[in-house]
Amino acid sequence: MGRTFTQIAAVTMMNLRSIPDRLWTSLSTVIAVAMVTAVLLGFLALANGFQSTVQGSGSPDVAVMLRKGSGSELNSNLTREQSLLVEEAPGLARGADGKALVSPELYVVVDGIKKSSRTKANLPLRGLGVRANQVRSGIKISAGRMFTPGTNELVVGRAVSRQFEGFELGRKIRLAAQNWTVVGEFEAAGSVFESEIWADVAVLQGLYQRGSSVQSVRARLDSPASLEKLKAYSEADPRLKLDVQAERSFYAEQGKGMSDIILYLGWPLAIAMSFGALAGALNTMYASVDARMREIATLRAIGFGGTPAFVGTMVESLLLSAIGGVVGALATYLLFDGISAATLGSNFTQVVFALKMTPQLVVQGVVLALVIGFVGGVFPAWRAARVPLLAAFKEQ
Amino acid sequence: MSEALIQLKGVTKSYTRGKQSVPIFERLDMTIPQQDFVAIMGPSGSGKTTLLNLLGGIDKPTGGEIVFDAKRMDNLDESKLASFRAGNVGFIFQFYNLMPMLTAAQNVELPLLLTKLGPKARRERVNTALSIVGLSDRARHKPSELSGGQQQRVAIARAIVSDPKLLLCDEPTGDLDRETAGEILSMLQTLNRDLGKTIVMVTHDPEAARYAKRMLHLDKGHFSEKDLAA
Ligand SMILES: Nc1ncnc2c1ncn2[C@@H]1O[C@H](COP(=O)(O)OP(=O)(O)OP(=O)(O)O)[C@@H](O)[C@H]1O
Ligand SMILES: [Mg+2]
Repeated sequence: MGRTFTQIAAVTMMNLRSIPDRLWTSLSTVIAVAMVTAVLLGFLALANGFQSTVQGSGSPDVAVMLRKGSGSELNSNLTREQSLLVEEAPGLARGADGKALVSPELYVVVDGIKKSSRTKANLPLRGLGVRANQVRSGIKISAGRMFTPGTNELVVGRAVSRQFEGFELGRKIRLAAQNWTVVGEFEAAGSVFESEIWADVAVLQGLYQRGSSVQSVRARLDSPASLEKLKAYSEADPRLKLDVQAERSFYAEQGKGMSDIILYLGWPLAIAMSFGALAGALNTMYASVDARMREIATLRAIGFGGTPAFVGTMVESLLLSAIGGVVGALATYLLFDGISAATLGSNFTQVVFALKMTPQLVVQGVVLALVIGFVGGVFPAWRAARVPLLAAFKEQ
Repeated sequence: MSEALIQLKGVTKSYTRGKQSVPIFERLDMTIPQQDFVAIMGPSGSGKTTLLNLLGGIDKPTGGEIVFDAKRMDNLDESKLASFRAGNVGFIFQFYNLMPMLTAAQNVELPLLLTKLGPKARRERVNTALSIVGLSDRARHKPSELSGGQQQRVAIARAIVSDPKLLLCDEPTGDLDRETAGEILSMLQTLNRDLGKTIVMVTHDPEAARYAKRMLHLDKGHFSEKDLAA
């Protein structure tokens, strides 16, 4: 056993030390594998960043209520009567005045101009009820102040002011044929809310001729478990019959669709590219075996078994692709991690989020690289183990 | 001479080329005594290399028996043949077949990796083998830093380091100039005379054959012994 290991180690070292003889073809394998890994990780980081932004948006003790079957806030419509009924529901957190913490909200789409491309893009403009601040937690006014209800004032999410033109503090801006003043900027822990503009719901109702109707009602629960009470209450009253969801699962569902699309795009592309890299790896490793044919045969003639030649070739292939994988992961990390991207959220509005690399993603990338190295090595290694001994007598 | 180291008994060897079977030897008999030094000559394609491969357990005969040290070896399986080669045979090739990325000492050490010897014992053996071929001062050189003759001496050191009884040389001086060839051949002679190695050497060169104790001429699948003095 010890001897076998010594043999394998010696032949493997010999194998690895001969890589510089095949520098260019080895390097091209490393680069091909690095590119595959980088593409895969780019997509994974995109999906991951999107998902964590969207999922982070939801709180488990906030309930979102929409009209039954509407699916998204844009498609929903609730009457004033319904929002008043919600305020009577059990299981809701209540303010100091004893009133339920409920925010009837409007959700409309306005045009913004992206700084990067100077093109129009959809921005969500949300009208908040007076108690919205108490309903949502984790919102922080980072500059300026909250809008005053009843006025044409608005506050913008951090991502909006960063990526869109004209949202600097104190600026007047024209949205939906109205003049507005930006009075504040808010942070929301990197969630989708940072990609929204907020104003007073009553002002928007007037502006969009919605009368007293809204699109969604958010309510703060006294505990996450109270969601069931709220659901039961809504089901029991024929005037309500709303779709009631915890905000967390509402956003998780919305985020899943998009990040699935990214993954369904990313994996096949990475796998298609893997075949290219695999062809390169096979080529490199067959060339390596062919170049070492006489050496391998000589070792066999001396009395070495086929196993060291097999292992040596496998290790070379795995090493080259592992280097490729690590280089690819590193490149993705340095180039992409944390950079901002914007994509359409499920309401066809822009969601701004950052690409997010995690150790788990890096592992996935390196595993793909090693799979390429394994498959690209095993066939040449098999050839190496079966080099005819007579090759030792041939001139090279 | 003493008892036989190797005996070929009615050995037949043929290669199949396509559907055709091409015979190289038909019922070949041959005895190589212990401590013999035999040169094998013959026209190209007569089967000299094939014969060496059979003697060294690199190739198997199509028929007949090969007996080494009173034990049949033609019917050994792949892994038994490998340990047979490791224990009994040292190969010396025309093109040296050294590992280019290893130093002289590391090349010589290779066969010892197949033994139970520890690193220290291996180092001692390597030093001894290198001093026998007069290359102690080149132990750390890579093959590319050595002349052809020096490389062949490293190959000889590698062939003798695990102390096999049989040395098989296929055109060991085929790639060397006459003077260097003479040095190598004298060295083989010394190994035969002083260390008792049995040597079978294939060569095209009658001058080289003179260093052997006897010469066999292989042609059309048969041997004829030639008088070396002639
Ligand atoms: N692996 C093989 N497959 C088929 N035929 C072979 C094989 N090896 C050798 N031969 C044939 O067997 C015959 C003997 O070959 P061998 O190499 O033993 O000749 P040789 O006497 O060593 O010649 P040379 O002096 O040119 O080295 C040749 O006709 C050769 O073509
Ligand atoms: Mg030959």
